[in-house]
Amino acid sequence: MSESPFESVEAFLQRVPYARFLGVRVELAGDEMTAVLPFSQHLIGNPMLPAIHGGVIGAFLELTALSQMALAQPGRRIPKTIDITIEYLRSAGPRDTYARAILRKVGRRVANVQVEAWQDSRSKPVAGMTGHFLLRNEV
Amino acid sequence: MADPSDPVPPGMTYGDAPIQMRMTQFAPHAQALGMTLVSVEKGRGVMTTPWREDLVGDPETGVIASGVVTALLDHTCGLAINAAGDTLMPIATLDLRIDYMRPAKPRAGLTCEAHAYRMTRSIGFVRAEAWDEDRSDPVATAQAAFMLNTRS
Repeated sequence: MSESPFESVEAFLQRVPYARFLGVRVELAGDEMTAVLPFSQHLIGNPMLPAIHGGVIGAFLELTALSQMALAQPGRRIPKTIDITIEYLRSAGPRDTYARAILRKVGRRVANVQVEAWQDSRSKPVAGMTGHFLLRNEV
Repeated sequence: MADPSDPVPPGMTYGDAPIQMRMTQFAPHAQALGMTLVSVEKGRGVMTTPWREDLVGDPETGVIASGVVTALLDHTCGLAINAAGDTLMPIATLDLRIDYMRPAKPRAGLTCEAHAYRMTRSIGFVRAEAWDEDRSDPVATAQAAFMLNTRS
């Protein structure tokens, strides 16, 4: 009956059609989760650079935050995004993108989550995000 | 009105495409989402994106994903910035803040209007709103800053 934390995140990503549309998946090493956005042509925003669409990067960061919360609180309903601030640091090339989230504060009703995304090197992030999420009671 | 499925004239490249086409036919992700350019004027732009089964964020309600809202807001902000200058120039988003006021209605598509309200030599400032049915009852609002002319 009870699923492992990994199964819980996997189930979350499988349940969300938009996560499948983007192709987001997660990898777990112990309790450390890395979200992966495999490169695909339909993610391109500017074909000249070429670069992944800024909105896709934002959506990927948000999904990483939601996945991290699903990992921390398996079985809970998907939190509602209240606000996010995305900072774009470098243009994201036509390659796989990775992201990790930190739950900075999980309160009774609201969580504050910080996410960073990178491509070639973790020390050269392509984007960062801070967001607030409304936590919802068990189904 | 520019539809993402409109054919691209033979021989036309991104470099000589008008802004309407750059934002739709020449932007693969806008095309993947089915974004349509409704109108563009000096410093302002309006775009829509349809509801689709594969773009749902919460399968329990059938509401479109907030990520699609993010992509539409970002894209329309870029349109407004591009429409603010006299010539098309390469730009880069510095930051984008989005407030999600409420979920969109189930099975509803979205419309977004962005306004580049202040342009300096190197930076453009934009505000945008996205709504499903009623312009005065937005789903999300955004505030963004863009770096201009990133090639020079």
